Amino acid sequence: MNQMQNFTKGFFRENPILVLVLGTCPTLATTSSSINGMGMGIATTFVLIGSNVVISLLSDVIPDKVRIPAFVVIIASFVTVVDLLMQAYVPALYETLGIFIPLIVVNCIVLGRAEAYACKNSVFSSFIDGLGMGLGFTMALGILGAFREILGSGTLFGYKFIKGDGILVFILAPGAFMALGYLIALINRIRRT
Amino acid sequence: MEYLLIIISAVLINNVVLAQTLGICPFLGVSNRVQTALGMAGAVTFVIVLSTMVTYLIQVYVLDKLGLAFMQTIIFILVIAALVQMVEIILKKISQPLYQALGIYLPLITTNCAVLGVAILVIKKNYNLFEGVIYGAATAIGFGLALIILAGIREQLELADIPKGMKGVPLSLVIAGILALAFMGFSGIVK
Repeated sequence: MNQMQNFTKGFFRENPILVLVLGTCPTLATTSSSINGMGMGIATTFVLIGSNVVISLLSDVIPDKVRIPAFVVIIASFVTVVDLLMQAYVPALYETLGIFIPLIVVNCIVLGRAEAYACKNSVFSSFIDGLGMGLGFTMALGILGAFREILGSGTLFGYKFIKGDGILVFILAPGAFMALGYLIALINRIRRT
Repeated sequence: MEYLLIIISAVLINNVVLAQTLGICPFLGVSNRVQTALGMAGAVTFVIVLSTMVTYLIQVYVLDKLGLAFMQTIIFILVIAALVQMVEIILKKISQPLYQALGIYLPLITTNCAVLGVAILVIKKNYNLFEGVIYGAATAIGFGLALIILAGIREQLELADIPKGMKGVPLSLVIAGILALAFMGFSGIVK
């Protein structure tokens, strides 16, 4: 597989949310608007790239038996870095995403890529894999966020273009479940044809 | 009374799955049979109560004392992972039937974000140890409730004629959405 394919697989063929259905908790919780969704996506992308690169560098040193705890510590360190950076530079977004920033640690996508890809491949490939998967995740969060934001408050990226209040339930948790359900059903339909 | 409020709020109003959208992976993954859902709910309750207690004590007596609050994420996830492993070993030694019932779900719990989520929320909400444990247990019961309801509905749906694209995850998500809508009716019980 060349690097281009390696990069683009995260967007469509192996999209972490829409195809593999991993990392659903932050997906549902943070996509009340597309800005929030993409903010979460970018934070996760940063953690993914960092952990992928470091794990791929250390894969010869880490003993096989304790590899999962070792991976978790590496991932948790990057999450702490992101947590502190966001607290300092984007306090408003940090406030909205709240508990879901530290919860990137238990996002199955990050540990999944470490285990399935980074510990077996070169540093550069792992970097590209992390970048592609992260941006695919960000894209899916952005789409879902935009969908919910348009239906729920009639705005997109904060610009109001539909008059009236919108369907409030799409901003809340029930709308999140339904929107993601129908989005995955749509992707299934497209993939089949 | 205060404890009752915490319980009602965590089980019904701020249900961990349906309102806070935590712990979705096991919610979708092990909800095809009521029997397995019960097993998972039991294992999660056990681990959440235990981990809330341990992480609370570590936060108060180690991290806060030493000014290491920023290490919270790293320490908590390690504690939870170690705890899950320990519970698995102990259960295997002490109670074979319980291990048979819960054993396969235990490794999955480390990556259940509800466990880490509760541990962090207890610190954020400034609960004391007892309130934290009550809150943890109630959250776990809420998780079990949502899981078992969904499993019951999915068992019934097995014979239904469903469009191919909707089978599996999409349908479960839509059902969860409707359930969440129903649970919103509870808001207002507690001010």
